Amino acid sequence: MSDGHDSLGGTTRRRLLKCMAYGSAGVLWTVSGGVPRPFALTGDAEAAAPAGEFSFVQISDTHIGFKGAVNPDPGGTLKEALARAGAQHPAMMLHTGDVSHLSKPEEFDRAAALLKEANLEIFYVPGEHDTIDDRGRSFFERFGRASGTGGWYSFDKGGVHFVGLVNVVDLRPGGLGYLGPEQLKWLEDDLRGRSASTPVVVFAHMPLWLVSQEWGWGTDDAEPALGHLRRFGSVTVLNGHIHQVIQKVEGNVVLRTAYSTAFPQAAPGTPGASPGPLKVAADQLRSTLGVRRVELMREKGLALTDATLAS
Amino acid sequence: MATLQRGARRALVLAVAAALLAAAPSPGRPARAATASPSEVVIEGFAFSPKTLTVAPGTTVTWVNRDDEPHTIMVHGSPTPLKSPALDTGDSFSFTFDGPGTFQYFCTLHPHMQGVVVVR
Repeated sequence: MSDGHDSLGGTTRRRLLKCMAYGSAGVLWTVSGGVPRPFALTGDAEAAAPAGEFSFVQISDTHIGFKGAVNPDPGGTLKEALARAGAQHPAMMLHTGDVSHLSKPEEFDRAAALLKEANLEIFYVPGEHDTIDDRGRSFFERFGRASGTGGWYSFDKGGVHFVGLVNVVDLRPGGLGYLGPEQLKWLEDDLRGRSASTPVVVFAHMPLWLVSQEWGWGTDDAEPALGHLRRFGSVTVLNGHIHQVIQKVEGNVVLRTAYSTAFPQAAPGTPGASPGPLKVAADQLRSTLGVRRVELMREKGLALTDATLAS
Repeated sequence: MATLQRGARRALVLAVAAALLAAAPSPGRPARAATASPSEVVIEGFAFSPKTLTVAPGTTVTWVNRDDEPHTIMVHGSPTPLKSPALDTGDSFSFTFDGPGTFQYFCTLHPHMQGVVVVR
């Protein structure tokens, strides 16, 4: 565990601030083989990034339907994010949840129409904003890929085994995100018999490690899920929910949250702040939103590159 | 349970107007928060305020969301299951507590947010 359990203190905190500063200054932050490395943008992300074998993009927290002052047009910033994502010619896209703001049918419809413009195959997991009132039924009708489960599923693409988990349904009083015993059993069965040399990408909305107890940023039963994953040589856990990039590295497991395409949130522990939308000046908004490119590197695992909409 | 909740919700919608009228401070009962009447819970900064509200039987309690983030109210561990729809910024929700009891509730979107209504 190179970053320690407390991701808010010491090195990780400094790295985070450094990362975000670089992000707004037009420098990409890359992780290869679990080691974060910043490198300068030459003005062309394609030219700066090393060539990989298979690549995809992650977007998160599009919050279509959000009307807050910090970003009255989350559809517009989503379009910008999709343009950036598409310019990198990824094989596919992951959306790690909070597609909508209030689970309203018109929000889902609007989001689906915008995302269709990306002309990419998209794999979704829901956020808690997508499962209000109906445990995600209307979300899964539009964006679901699972059958016979509570919405979780897996697939193989580009030599990578992808696992989409649902940790935003049936949340318990006083708790955090929740996977539940049925899903954990499914995960164990899904991974059984797979070669430890297969790169595994897990994607779920809420962080699968404790980013902040006070703000509810974590998943109650993440530990047994990670227990099933540790034997694999390369595990990348991609989360959303907290609208900023924070990373934890634990052996072969890299866990990293993503930018939103709609609005930022405060760094955990910020005095006087709460885990809601963070108000920033209009000309600063795009330096707080972004997309992620993930590239499979020969013998090196996955390289993650976060770029803001301002970079 | 779903039918029960739907029924309860209809009653709650009707109760909203009455609650707003009844929300004025009653004599001899000090307000617990400067911004809330004795039967109002303000949701702000991802917290219920007051966290514990004590009211007399028959009181209609109103929750008002002042966050830029939606929240819900769901009573748990009680014989009276109660779940509000999502309250967007500025939305309110009311429920009349007829009988005595201790009603613990939380936000189903942000389950670390918890509160209690004590009816006695």
